[in-house]
Amino acid sequence: MTWQGWAEIALTIALSVALAWPLGAYLARVFQGGRTWLDPLLKPVEALFYRSAGIDEHKSQGWLGYTGALLAFNAAGFFLLYFILRIQGLLPLNPLKFAGFSPHLAFNTAISFVTNTNWQSYSGESALSNFSQMFGLVVQNFASAATGIVVVAVVARAFAAHKGEGLGNFWRDLTRVTLYLLLPFSIVMAIALVIQGVPQTLTQHVDATTLEGAKQTLAMGPIASQEAIKQIGTNGGGFFNANSSHPYENPTPITNLIAMVAMNCLGFACVIAFGIIVGARKEARALVAAMVILLSAAAAIIYGAETGAVPALQHALHVAPAPNLEGKEVRFGAAATSVFAAMTTGASCGAINGWHESFTPMGGGIALFLIQLGEILPGGVGSGLYGIIVMALFSVFIAGLMVGRTPEYLGKKVDAREIKFAMLAVLILPLFIKGFAAVAAVLPLALKGVSASGPHGLTEILYAYSSAAGNNGSAFAGLTANAPWWDTTLGITMAMGRFAYLVPVMAIAGALAVKPKLTPTAGTLPTDNGLFIGLLIGVILILGGLQFFPAMALGPIVEHFQMLQALAR
Amino acid sequence: MLTHLRPAIVMIALFTLLTGLLYPLAMTGFAQVLLSGPANGSLLRDGAGHVMGSALIAQDFAKPQYLHPRPSAAGNGYDPTASGGSNYGPLDPKLAQRIAGDAATLSKEAPGYRIPVDAVTASASGLDPDISPENARLQAPRIAAARKSTVPDVQTVLDRLTKGRALLIFGEPRVNVLEANLALDQAAPARK
Repeated sequence: MTWQGWAEIALTIALSVALAWPLGAYLARVFQGGRTWLDPLLKPVEALFYRSAGIDEHKSQGWLGYTGALLAFNAAGFFLLYFILRIQGLLPLNPLKFAGFSPHLAFNTAISFVTNTNWQSYSGESALSNFSQMFGLVVQNFASAATGIVVVAVVARAFAAHKGEGLGNFWRDLTRVTLYLLLPFSIVMAIALVIQGVPQTLTQHVDATTLEGAKQTLAMGPIASQEAIKQIGTNGGGFFNANSSHPYENPTPITNLIAMVAMNCLGFACVIAFGIIVGARKEARALVAAMVILLSAAAAIIYGAETGAVPALQHALHVAPAPNLEGKEVRFGAAATSVFAAMTTGASCGAINGWHESFTPMGGGIALFLIQLGEILPGGVGSGLYGIIVMALFSVFIAGLMVGRTPEYLGKKVDAREIKFAMLAVLILPLFIKGFAAVAAVLPLALKGVSASGPHGLTEILYAYSSAAGNNGSAFAGLTANAPWWDTTLGITMAMGRFAYLVPVMAIAGALAVKPKLTPTAGTLPTDNGLFIGLLIGVILILGGLQFFPAMALGPIVEHFQMLQALAR
Repeated sequence: MLTHLRPAIVMIALFTLLTGLLYPLAMTGFAQVLLSGPANGSLLRDGAGHVMGSALIAQDFAKPQYLHPRPSAAGNGYDPTASGGSNYGPLDPKLAQRIAGDAATLSKEAPGYRIPVDAVTASASGLDPDISPENARLQAPRIAAARKSTVPDVQTVLDRLTKGRALLIFGEPRVNVLEANLALDQAAPARK
């Protein structure tokens, strides 16, 4: 551990939180139809989108109409991407003649990118043409991110509604978020990345003769443009197998900083935008505070673990403690890799700049636990906000039970109906994670893909399903997932993790929107102070802990004790 | 649901056009015109214009007069068409075995030196272009002997190419192996 390491971790988190205020204010304006400095350029494009699609953008939708439109858009995206991947071999921009994906791999990949997961059962550099990367994956990187972000507007409008106003128009929100926020942000970031060394070319490979006379084939492509939206949209799917550890995706400590800030700042900004639209800025600040506290703690624990002792290194090099650099890059070192791991799993991004599988049991275990907490620290773009709102509803509900009052949050009574939907949403995750993991742990067909034995192997399985259900997309990558069992079950898990959470949230929004807005009284639980932040953190930890502790005890926790034993030898 | 059909199809088509075609192409055009070095992969060429590799991508070096990169698990080693790490868990016996083997070789090569961690651990990408300054220092005696040069002379070249942390805080100090080897060839040509 070094002071520079601690400073890097602290500054990275601080920067991503600080950016959330201007970005959040801008996002709120985009949702509310306010003027932006991009209007002269983008208004005509926006109008063209509505006209071609035959949409009356001023028509507000109910929660069912909005959800229907959202699902239809995602279904169309799924079929298009599935189709592109299947017939890749017949499409242009494919100089290396990569074949089309098998049905199960195309199914898995299409769901993966539509649900903002970006789990990858393939290696980009040896399976995907530039055509598929651009027309297939980049499009869904934008579409899935925008799909998540629009839900922020819906939930915010539901809390802001006085009695039954509409929840907005899906097509309008979708178009505006993409045009005014995601696209300009991506352009700026892509240019910054190229300046730092990320390639942006249509050439797919260059042959080199090394100094010692060997042949080397350098794989490249339009990487910067994909990398930008990959982080901004908390997608996380790498151009290459090595993802953000690849020097072409992430060549310097500066690109690494940009990547980390990009994958967290919009998640925080969604909370700020929510607070502005609802008129609950202080409450939004409390939510951000809870996120930052948990995220910082996680980053600190991972950094501590990754700079501690590893038996293989201690025994061979006779040094302890030494940074665990297996599966890490020299230019990042332990600190930048640890905070990256916390931010990518706190955020449902899933990009990695070091392999979580080679982390210490504690480091890898915390990354896994952050996914299992529901990825709300600050979570994926949009999904983090509605995730933390569900947690806030539980918090006021539990507090309400303690004092015997009907709970309310931001001026809306929280009744049995909302809590039932919230329960439904949070129970889907463990059901699929533990259900499929339990089967995979005993099924020979599934175990063929698992690379490690013992507790580490179980962690590999648990991580895969947690990552899929949480729409994270990172992996304990020793797992060979491109097989019918893994592709199919992980595909189903990703779809459920996204839509079986999102739809109940939309239902909650629909129910809240028609309730009258209450003015706070002396008996109302304040939701903007330290007490509430503590309560919220407690609820998040207890809920995540209760659901997953027994499974974790058989994986990373027992492996941690095995490691201590090996160190003592 | 049917009322959503037309907007869904038209919208995904427009998204494809805008974000899948126009956006990457515009970025490519911009980068190719204004930033052609990095945009084309930071390639290094010899006097005749042949590509010798990329400043960002590790290549294998085994000869004694060259700085050696970190162990690589990309394909059969340093293969940019198969990037990746070992994905060994911390308690995997294969990891302990590999580290012990590499450490034994290194301590024979440079007796008395403390072996830095990055010299015996596989990088994440398998293409890590850098090594730590300590790792470079460890290799200086071998390089000096092979080049009939002196350790301080070699070390001077390595020190010149050592990059510090960005803004004093971000990342770690490092030496780019390919750049250092090109500089070494220039400063003290090895006898063939």
